[in-house]
Amino acid sequence: MNGEGNSGPVFADPITADLMLSVNGDEHPVTVDTRETLLDTLREHLDLIGAKKGCDHGQCGACTVLVDGRRVKSCLTLTVTVDDREITTVEGLAVDGALHPMQAAFVERDAFQCGYCTPGQLCSAVAMVREVADGWPSAVTADVSGPVALDDDEIRERMSGNLCRCGAYVNIVAAIRQVGA
Amino acid sequence: MRPFAYERAADVRSAVAACAAGMADGAGAVYLGGGTNLVDLMRLGVVSPGVLVDVTRLPFDGVEETAGGGLLIGAAMRNSDLAAHPLVRRRYPMLTQAVVAGASGQVRNMATVGGNLLQRTRCSYFQDVTKPCNKRAPGSGCPARNGDHRNLAVIGQSESCVATHPSDMAVPLAALGAIVHIEGPGGSRKVPMPGLHRLPGDTPERDTVLEPGDLITAVELPPLPFAVRSRYRKVRDRASFAFAVVSVAAALDVEDGMVRDCRIALGGVAHVPWRAERAESALRGSPATEAAFAQAADEELAQATPLPHNAFKVPLARNVVVRTLLDLVEAS
Repeated sequence: MNGEGNSGPVFADPITADLMLSVNGDEHPVTVDTRETLLDTLREHLDLIGAKKGCDHGQCGACTVLVDGRRVKSCLTLTVTVDDREITTVEGLAVDGALHPMQAAFVERDAFQCGYCTPGQLCSAVAMVREVADGWPSAVTADVSGPVALDDDEIRERMSGNLCRCGAYVNIVAAIRQVGA
Repeated sequence: MRPFAYERAADVRSAVAACAAGMADGAGAVYLGGGTNLVDLMRLGVVSPGVLVDVTRLPFDGVEETAGGGLLIGAAMRNSDLAAHPLVRRRYPMLTQAVVAGASGQVRNMATVGGNLLQRTRCSYFQDVTKPCNKRAPGSGCPARNGDHRNLAVIGQSESCVATHPSDMAVPLAALGAIVHIEGPGGSRKVPMPGLHRLPGDTPERDTVLEPGDLITAVELPPLPFAVRSRYRKVRDRASFAFAVVSVAAALDVEDGMVRDCRIALGGVAHVPWRAERAESALRGSPATEAAFAQAADEELAQATPLPHNAFKVPLARNVVVRTLLDLVEAS
């Protein structure tokens, strides 16, 4: 106690902020520590536990959510930075109880095993298909000044920010191809 | 993680003032872009600022055409928007290729142009606060020289630091001589690449020539018509989402089988994005042949002083330069 022994660094008191977060169309008043990530706020304050904590370093993609429609790593996003954004989590993909086409394709194609990475895969895939529709090139696009077609190489490259330790990649690619190609 | 105050800047003046105020308090103030590197480093305890000044809402998130055919890229522009911009793709394809070769789709959506330039090395000792590191804790030593340095620098390093600069985007910017626009407590100035970054020498704690409180507001791409034929080629340990072992950005202007002009920069080999000026000089006016490309690459890499576990990078860099230049010849 009191900074003796192995108690680690002694910090000043936390600094908090009162925010209104817009998540899946609902407004949520929250008081957060400025250090808090969007991932922790979603899971610990808003009971939205779809987004998962895998590596907590931005490497595995399990925490992927959409901010203003774009896929981001919620483990590297400070909550105080997104109070003026529209956040969509995997819980917000379905509309009126009907699965999003990407969710239906994942079920149909058996695109998961343990399911831990799946919410991140789904959010990432939904946004990725939109990026392709917007003509964004990738590292495997032969001519970056030309149009883009979503073949399997493009899917694999564009989904490289989402790891699946079960190795369900083959069926994940098939599910995304079914929706996006 | 140390608690920090968060401030969102609405304009450059207030951003620079907020950062200066935080520094004057002794709190340690830094600018926050996408946070993809900074937040991770804060979590690891590598950096612990007391004030974060969020500069992502500053009105510098687009691309403007400059007189003469260049582009002015706002520093708050997201990496994915930069890569997808039609004028960047058409005029400077190596820049788009480099950006999309870096990180992952999610990270590129977050990362800003300014932040990309200022990301820190991924040297494992720098990121591990339980280890000595002259860059993180000056004077504590460099375990990498006798330890894990397989992916560290082979050129321009010093006794005190063998870190590499991890950015892909910075490599074509160095090749282009992109001009970095800076606003700071001391006013505004412009620094041409690759001069933004510095070699480690005996002060590796300084990655760049920026002074405390300096804010990158834009990156200007000079007109370079022959950059329409340019290419970024990256070698890494896996097919995607990995830092470069070696990379090259090159643009080639060939007429009647002779090199009229060229631009070459290397990534993954130095503390800075390495502009290959010796190779460029050797190539101007020479035939556009494999033999000439190899000789030019050898002249550049004669400066290399690799360590035991990264000596493979020297022939790798040579081969990647040659292959990339040959690809450009074949495409022209």
